Amino acid sequence: MNERVKKLRQQSVEAVPCISIERARLVTEAYREYSGKVSVPMLRALTFKHLMENKTVCINPDELIVGERGPAPQATPTYPELCCHSLEDLDIIDKRDKIFFRVSDEVKRIQRDVIIPYWKGRSIRDIIFSQMSDEWIDCYNAGIFTEFMEQRAPGHTVADGKIYKKGFLDFKKDIEESLQSIDYLNDPDAYDKQEQLMAMLICADAIIAYAKRHAQKAVELAKTEQNPERKRELERIAEVCSHVPANAPRDFWEALQAYWFVHIGVITELNTWDSFNPGKLDQHLYPFYKKGIEDGTLTPEKAKELLECFWVKFNNQPAPPKVGVTLAESGTYTDFANINIGGIKPDGSDGVNEVSYLLLDVIADMKILQPSTNVQISQKTPDRFVKKACEVIRMGMGFPSVFNTDAVVKELIRQGKSIEDARCGGTSGCVETGAFGKEAYILTGYFNIPKVLEITLNNGFDKRTGKKIGLETGDPAEFQSYEELFEAFKKQMRHFIDIKIRGNNIIEKLYATYMPSPFLSIIVDDCIKKGKDYNAGGARYNSNYIQGVGIGTITDCLSAIKFHVFDNKNLTMKELLTALSDNFEGQEKTRQMLRNKTPRYGNDDDYADSIMVSVFETFFKLVDGRKNLKGGSYRIDMLPTTCHIYFGSVTGATPDGRWAEEPLSEGISPVQGADRNGPTAVIKSAAKMDHIKTGGTLLNQKFTPQVLEGDQGLEKLSHLIRSYFRLEGHHIQFNVVSADTLRDAQKNPEKYSDLIVRVAGYSDYFNNLSKKLQDEIIARTEHCSF
Amino acid sequence: MASGTIFNIQRYSIHDGPGIRTTVFLKGCPLSCWWCHNPESQKYGVQLVLWRERCIGCGECKRVCPEGAISGGTFPPVIDSEKCSGCGRCAEVCPAVALEMVGKTVSSEYVMREIEKDLIFYDQSGGGVTFSGGEPLMQPEFLAELLEKCKAGDIHTTVDTSGYANWEVLSGIAGITDLFLYDIKHMDDLVHTRTVGVSNRVILENLEMLARLHNNIIIRFPLVPGINDDRANIEKTAQFVSRVGIREVNILSYHNTGMDKYARLGRDYRLTDTREPSKELIDSACEIFSQYGINVKIGG
Repeated sequence: MNERVKKLRQQSVEAVPCISIERARLVTEAYREYSGKVSVPMLRALTFKHLMENKTVCINPDELIVGERGPAPQATPTYPELCCHSLEDLDIIDKRDKIFFRVSDEVKRIQRDVIIPYWKGRSIRDIIFSQMSDEWIDCYNAGIFTEFMEQRAPGHTVADGKIYKKGFLDFKKDIEESLQSIDYLNDPDAYDKQEQLMAMLICADAIIAYAKRHAQKAVELAKTEQNPERKRELERIAEVCSHVPANAPRDFWEALQAYWFVHIGVITELNTWDSFNPGKLDQHLYPFYKKGIEDGTLTPEKAKELLECFWVKFNNQPAPPKVGVTLAESGTYTDFANINIGGIKPDGSDGVNEVSYLLLDVIADMKILQPSTNVQISQKTPDRFVKKACEVIRMGMGFPSVFNTDAVVKELIRQGKSIEDARCGGTSGCVETGAFGKEAYILTGYFNIPKVLEITLNNGFDKRTGKKIGLETGDPAEFQSYEELFEAFKKQMRHFIDIKIRGNNIIEKLYATYMPSPFLSIIVDDCIKKGKDYNAGGARYNSNYIQGVGIGTITDCLSAIKFHVFDNKNLTMKELLTALSDNFEGQEKTRQMLRNKTPRYGNDDDYADSIMVSVFETFFKLVDGRKNLKGGSYRIDMLPTTCHIYFGSVTGATPDGRWAEEPLSEGISPVQGADRNGPTAVIKSAAKMDHIKTGGTLLNQKFTPQVLEGDQGLEKLSHLIRSYFRLEGHHIQFNVVSADTLRDAQKNPEKYSDLIVRVAGYSDYFNNLSKKLQDEIIARTEHCSF
Repeated sequence: MASGTIFNIQRYSIHDGPGIRTTVFLKGCPLSCWWCHNPESQKYGVQLVLWRERCIGCGECKRVCPEGAISGGTFPPVIDSEKCSGCGRCAEVCPAVALEMVGKTVSSEYVMREIEKDLIFYDQSGGGVTFSGGEPLMQPEFLAELLEKCKAGDIHTTVDTSGYANWEVLSGIAGITDLFLYDIKHMDDLVHTRTVGVSNRVILENLEMLARLHNNIIIRFPLVPGINDDRANIEKTAQFVSRVGIREVNILSYHNTGMDKYARLGRDYRLTDTREPSKELIDSACEIFSQYGINVKIGG
């Protein structure tokens, strides 16, 4: 990296995250002015306009790509219309030792005097909790499931290539055409469509105005700039910002800047989950790259510099402060913009190009938390590309993560997408499959599968909260067979999934009604054509997800009961229940037996793996295909972010010998330490799940660095990946670090401020992780060199 | 159907031949190298080991032992190896896996089932199966049957041997083995006898004959400081390898990761003071082999 990038990178890494009250103040002003006077889509559009016309314009020294969400790098806005923080919240956010944001007295004062008085009781969060049923609240408090939309907005979508071919002036034409075609005589939704499309027009103008303000600012800065080189750069920035995103980009620089304005637009409009994401960046940029190289206006070095400046912009935007369960399930600054590299083109041919390799260089060079990155590997992907990606993985940062493009395409086609739309898709967030630019794929919350067994074993009762939240499926001590137990478990699963979806239906309606996102709607097909908002079903495809957590733990639990209670009668159900209720106190012998003498998931042992498949299929059948309110369907994902720690903390002792409150298994990885037959056995076990029926699964493995030494280590790693993908595995990623190093890092955090590890579907600084999460990663089976 | 005693089946084995492999470790070895990092492989038949730190003191082992071989307090147990018949009852009931039987007698069919679990990885990577030990040639019928079954199943085979075996046995399997990993530990017979426990004569003679019969042999040279790292010995090794017409040598650097295993087996470890070879030492060893036109690689 050159001196400029080094400086920008350092500035980004060293900036202390803090809360900026600017956005909250502007949003409140707009709502005070317009609320009740205009339709809701117009209210949202006018709010967006007020933001884009008034938020601070920031051009950092030496940067080439411009635009910040807040007034400065790492200065992070809040979204009171979604979640109005109390003063206590702000205090906690300020003082907690991990994932903090500094809060100044001035911010606290404005929050107290201006923000809270307007928003208390009006934020989506307040409305959601007031509208949920008692049984939903009880399940939520018990930790059966979480709720993604309780303080962040749906989003979960990714840009496709349209913004590189069209500017917002072109989009305006499309919107106007759609407006022209409204049938006011016969269409009962005509007025709604009109308001939505008018709102989109305002948003298109607002983003253009925002860019123009940057152009003006750059001109001003250029006037006083002493350094002639920087002066020229500022003039160029002014030129770029005058042209995009109003018009389609003409070159590589403009393409990056055009995306970045869109990104800032999306994450300023609302606090969308997984922020936003350029998707297949290498494929989108390639035409600009090729043209620039051919006509001599671009060199690979210049392209790399621009990309690295672009990278810094992502890192400047931490995920806005979370509180409560949402913080517990996603305890990280990472905001999950996950850039896709490689894969296939819309015609099905190999998508790897020179920019793909350049992006791998950028990742290796930058060694920075954001953006997340992944490589898409299809059967057509050249081995040299896989090997190059493995070289970056070997550096030990846990990225790029590795996806099976052929599986991703199959998953999308199974869900009913056209083959072209499927091929334009990829993965975002952690491991989530989506049709880029055309799909709202909304993750609605994590689902604690082992907890459902705990409730089953207690005949519907949750001991921790002291409430009966499940069905009375019978006293398990009376069960005569494993099958009887499994039937009861299935009934409880259905019961809790029903409660979750009933709540989801209300929340979906709340967002459709009160929180449209007209700006995001401009760039997602077919919102313009339908005259419908992204949050109301405007996208071509609309999927809702429930994410299953703890498949390793639940498998080992059921296997332990089947093996020890029913098949071998090593202990009675009653004895087991007593041991669990006592958290194994005084019963270490029983606990050790359950841990060590049970066939466990992750060892390529059909006894356990067939149980995993039966739980997976149960979950799939109960969720997949159910209708959401946007005309789409429910699907399942198998990923946890950091929720396996939270879910563990609310789950009592389990029959796999796990103590109460300990973490659950992560993703579809085996229980930490349960896999004893090496990485190929884990892969075989994991592949017995039918990944194509999901919208994403997450498998992590941990290797000591020695395993990947030399050319041979790299080659064997890439063969391991290819083999998993031949078995239709969806995703795999590796931590390349020894447990000893991690233990040392725990003791001497100051020595390891740069240590980045793979957590679940993302990487994080080891120092940013809670002690529990650090311990969980250390406990994962370490595959050594043999 | 033959059966044999193995002590481990290691999947994703990546240093014992090409590609991703499964290594089947056969138990029992006529050698007793001082640096052996698998001391549990040496004894024939199954063997009881104790992981002291895992013991939770539940006393189950003492309760079930039919020979009364387990005595003392219960934490951790004291085992009278004279009385122990090796029946394995204690390991079976030990909930914490503090007592473990190393080695089990299995059919060739069982081993094949395990091997075949990773076929897709072999196919993808050009890997296969490696028979190691102990000394695999000490269970000739079992080994031959496994090699034949692999050949029938089109699975690439490697035999990792000390070469200390009857020529009839070695030549017998040469036709059904794709690759040999063949150890040369020392050229001086006296040092060899002292540190390895047997003479090197048979080993070197066998290698000479095998090289005429088989064209895919890689020599493995364990580089142990203070034992076989002197220039003269390395020169002699290179000379010999080159003379019998073998073109490839892997240098395996000494490491002491097997040290803990000696304690678990209740045995002494002789090389407690030996360090891993320095980079300079490894480089100079490489250079010597290279001078004899040999392709040399560090590690397997």
